[in-house]
Amino acid sequence: MRHLELRTGAYVDSVSLMQVSRRLSALDGVRSAMVAMATDLNVVLAAGMGFDVPDASPTEMLVAVDATDEAALAEALADLAAALLASSRPDEGGFGSAPAPLTVRAAAARVDAATVALVSTPGEWAFADAVDAVDAGLHAMVFSDNVPVEQEVALKDRAAAAGVLVMGPDCGTALIGGVGLGFANVVRPGPVGLVAASGTGAQHLMSLLDANDVGISHCLGVGGRDLSTLVGGRSTLQALDLLDLDDATSLIVVVSKPPAPEVAAAVRAHADRLRTPVLLALLGPGQPDLTETAAAVVAAAGGTWTAPEHWPGSVERGRPGGALRGLFAGGTLCEEAMLVATERLGPVYSNIPLDPRWAVGVDLSLHDHHALLDLGDDRLTRGRPHPMIDPSTRVGLLRAQIADPHTSVLLLDVVLGLGAEPDPAGELEPVVRVATAERVPVVVGLVGTRDDPQGLRSQAARLVDAGAWVHLSNAAAARCALDLLAGGAR
Amino acid sequence: MSLETPSAVVTAGAAVFAESLVGQAVETVPVAWRPPAGDPAALAAVMGDRRRPGANARAVEAMLATRARLVDVLPAAQVLHLERGELLHAGPPVTWERTSGPMRGALVGALLLEGSADSPEAAERLLRAGAVSWEPCHARGAVGPMAGVVSPSMWMFCLRDEATGHESWCSLNEGLGKVLRYGAYGKEVIDRLQWMGAVLGPLLQHAVRATGPVDVTALVAQMVQMGDEGHNRNRAGTLMFLRELLPALIGSGFPTADVSDAVRFVSGNDHFFLNLVMPTCKLMSLAAAGVPGSSVVTVMSRNGTDFGIQTSGTGERWFTAPANTPEGLFLGGYGPEDANPDIGDSAITETAGLGGMSMATAPAIVRLVGGSVADALATTQRMYDLTVTENPAFAIPVLEFRGAPTGIDVTSVVRSRVLPQINTGMAGRVAGTGQVGAGLVTPPMGCFTQALDALAASVAPPDMRRPGPG
Repeated sequence: MRHLELRTGAYVDSVSLMQVSRRLSALDGVRSAMVAMATDLNVVLAAGMGFDVPDASPTEMLVAVDATDEAALAEALADLAAALLASSRPDEGGFGSAPAPLTVRAAAARVDAATVALVSTPGEWAFADAVDAVDAGLHAMVFSDNVPVEQEVALKDRAAAAGVLVMGPDCGTALIGGVGLGFANVVRPGPVGLVAASGTGAQHLMSLLDANDVGISHCLGVGGRDLSTLVGGRSTLQALDLLDLDDATSLIVVVSKPPAPEVAAAVRAHADRLRTPVLLALLGPGQPDLTETAAAVVAAAGGTWTAPEHWPGSVERGRPGGALRGLFAGGTLCEEAMLVATERLGPVYSNIPLDPRWAVGVDLSLHDHHALLDLGDDRLTRGRPHPMIDPSTRVGLLRAQIADPHTSVLLLDVVLGLGAEPDPAGELEPVVRVATAERVPVVVGLVGTRDDPQGLRSQAARLVDAGAWVHLSNAAAARCALDLLAGGAR
Repeated sequence: MSLETPSAVVTAGAAVFAESLVGQAVETVPVAWRPPAGDPAALAAVMGDRRRPGANARAVEAMLATRARLVDVLPAAQVLHLERGELLHAGPPVTWERTSGPMRGALVGALLLEGSADSPEAAERLLRAGAVSWEPCHARGAVGPMAGVVSPSMWMFCLRDEATGHESWCSLNEGLGKVLRYGAYGKEVIDRLQWMGAVLGPLLQHAVRATGPVDVTALVAQMVQMGDEGHNRNRAGTLMFLRELLPALIGSGFPTADVSDAVRFVSGNDHFFLNLVMPTCKLMSLAAAGVPGSSVVTVMSRNGTDFGIQTSGTGERWFTAPANTPEGLFLGGYGPEDANPDIGDSAITETAGLGGMSMATAPAIVRLVGGSVADALATTQRMYDLTVTENPAFAIPVLEFRGAPTGIDVTSVVRSRVLPQINTGMAGRVAGTGQVGAGLVTPPMGCFTQALDALAASVAPPDMRRPGPG
């Protein structure tokens, strides 16, 4: 029996709701359950589960439960009430204690020691929260995506005037003095300071450096649009100055997806004026990939480069059908894989295509194309947790790819670290086994460090055990997939 | 700001990131975030307005610098140039058709008092026919509790802030129960008002003139430390005020019976001082008014039909929405169905940080308004998140002498969806009833979202062509 309701006045963040949905789905007598804010995407997902959702606004909470009988439904709804109560976290203080602060401004006023604000509110509202942080003299890391670009510009100008840095919007990763914000890998301290317009790119670079015993002072994310013409590198230039003044930093690396040429030139010119040497790692056709960049940084830091490890999988050639299919949580990792793949394959389709002619529609139908998708893209995360937090979307899409006879080889990234889900290999293992049984090789680019909470080696071992090829270099993973597609591992 | 290892991080949004920081032994300050009310573009425009932080700082600085002194007591005809056939009332403007029962009752009573009509029916006919004009007290810098009706013969407290030269006025408080401001107009009501005009007004005028200007701001500061929040509890303030004037009253040379009647009247009315707190607060809000770009609320007021607010950055423009009905405790046999929607200019006290905003300082009345002491402490502490500043002059002992939360910021209200807390009396719905209870109420959110839109419209669009910091 199907139960559908819209609740008004209730707001819980998308990650907490995902946890609630998961908990309900696991109950006996519940076939499926979805508790989410009623964004367009979530309404479509509920429709896909067979629910007929009336007109709803994204400020309403959608509760959809498919249960075997009335008793199971009642139990699920009671469980939901308890879970929502727990997630709302009533104030724990005793008599006379202050309620939780209502705004970032109020929170900043409560604790003098705060120096940073981490804003991950929905993009249409995040500007106000970030302005509060800047006005309170805090560096602002803005994880939120879908923030209008004119608000990004206004925010960054305000921050420059206040002498603080805005990291983001759409900044997934930052590391300040050893404290990881958002998605961050556990790395040792050291001389390299990063300015990153790319979250997963920075995570990959830091992980490769850490594996070669080169430590990190800070990683300052600037947001994926910072090096666009409109934003003009506002945060990048400010971050360069901050790292130049930082005593712990003796080598600066700027890592970014392909920047606007005139902004790249401005960054180069600015970098040349600094005391600290700056290495620009700007991804693009004909440019070094992240692994090659890591090797160059290790050399510049006086270390010895050791190529990233890899482990073979159990299916040694692609299934007949011909198409390479990739599903990525990390946008830059997806982009890097596309750059590698397109050299050999020509057109590679995507929701973030290298060439506009290779764009995939919102329905994500791929026909017989080679296709690599970025599941963390703005348009796919509205009202949903990022795929690095919630793997369920990707697992569903992977099953669909295995069922698609065009699919020959599957390519994935798995990103470990703080903020990421606790056991991504465990989540992927069943679907990797299905692919292996169907003779579709799965290649995984695994990004992480030995000190990450998930355990780099145990995660790799589980994936290999399920039959996957695992590379600690994303570019190497992409090449491995291409080799398998061409007829077998080289 | 340099790059140092953060020892505390403010987090807003996904709880998973706060948990990850806790795991790294970093203190987190999580925000109880909810999706804001209103238009995202308007909120972004106002939040992005570079004038706002400075403008709000200036507005509240002016509020805190205000020093209200009672300088005289005079009839409204004289100080407000109110002519026969002209009345003032509480709240935003309202037409006769839309006036509530208590407002109608008070307007009727005022015409009876002035002798403009000899029966309530005749008074109603005049009002309906448009033979009488009425406008908000706020339009003339005055304030009136509940219906707030002022007619030419009523005596007014005259308050003045020397530094700015601003003046504000309020009528004399009639007491509780069957009174004009709650919409009653029976013989006892009119008789009392006539006595106030003939005896109390002139006597207070004499006493104030003989005593010299009374520093009302200082009395308010003391009352806040004595358990009065200045809206629903004014007991300490009333007695301190009487203490100031008592020597001059006794020495006035007026008939002893009149003096003792006046003293008995004032000391028997715990709300007498409300009508001095209100113009004090109005002077504070007048000081804060008219700062371009400021999102500080300068007026909150109700006419029994609509709730209206004004903000510093938008001048005297009203933003109105239907008033809520208070919840609380009822007198005698009255119940919720007898209560009229929220009414009165007295929410000027909350506008200036007193009343419900400073509920924590008045634990003695939390039961009267249907709450607990813990609620009162939590309410005031929550209100700090809505206001720009704290007023050290109005210090709340139980909160370690923290100043009253002052200067409500429209953006904070809209963003948190938490509304300013107002303590209030409740008038009967039917004209002529009088007071039926007391309780708590909040303004409608619509006032704040409209104000936000108007503030947004006053912001120049950002210039995207400006080069970056390089």
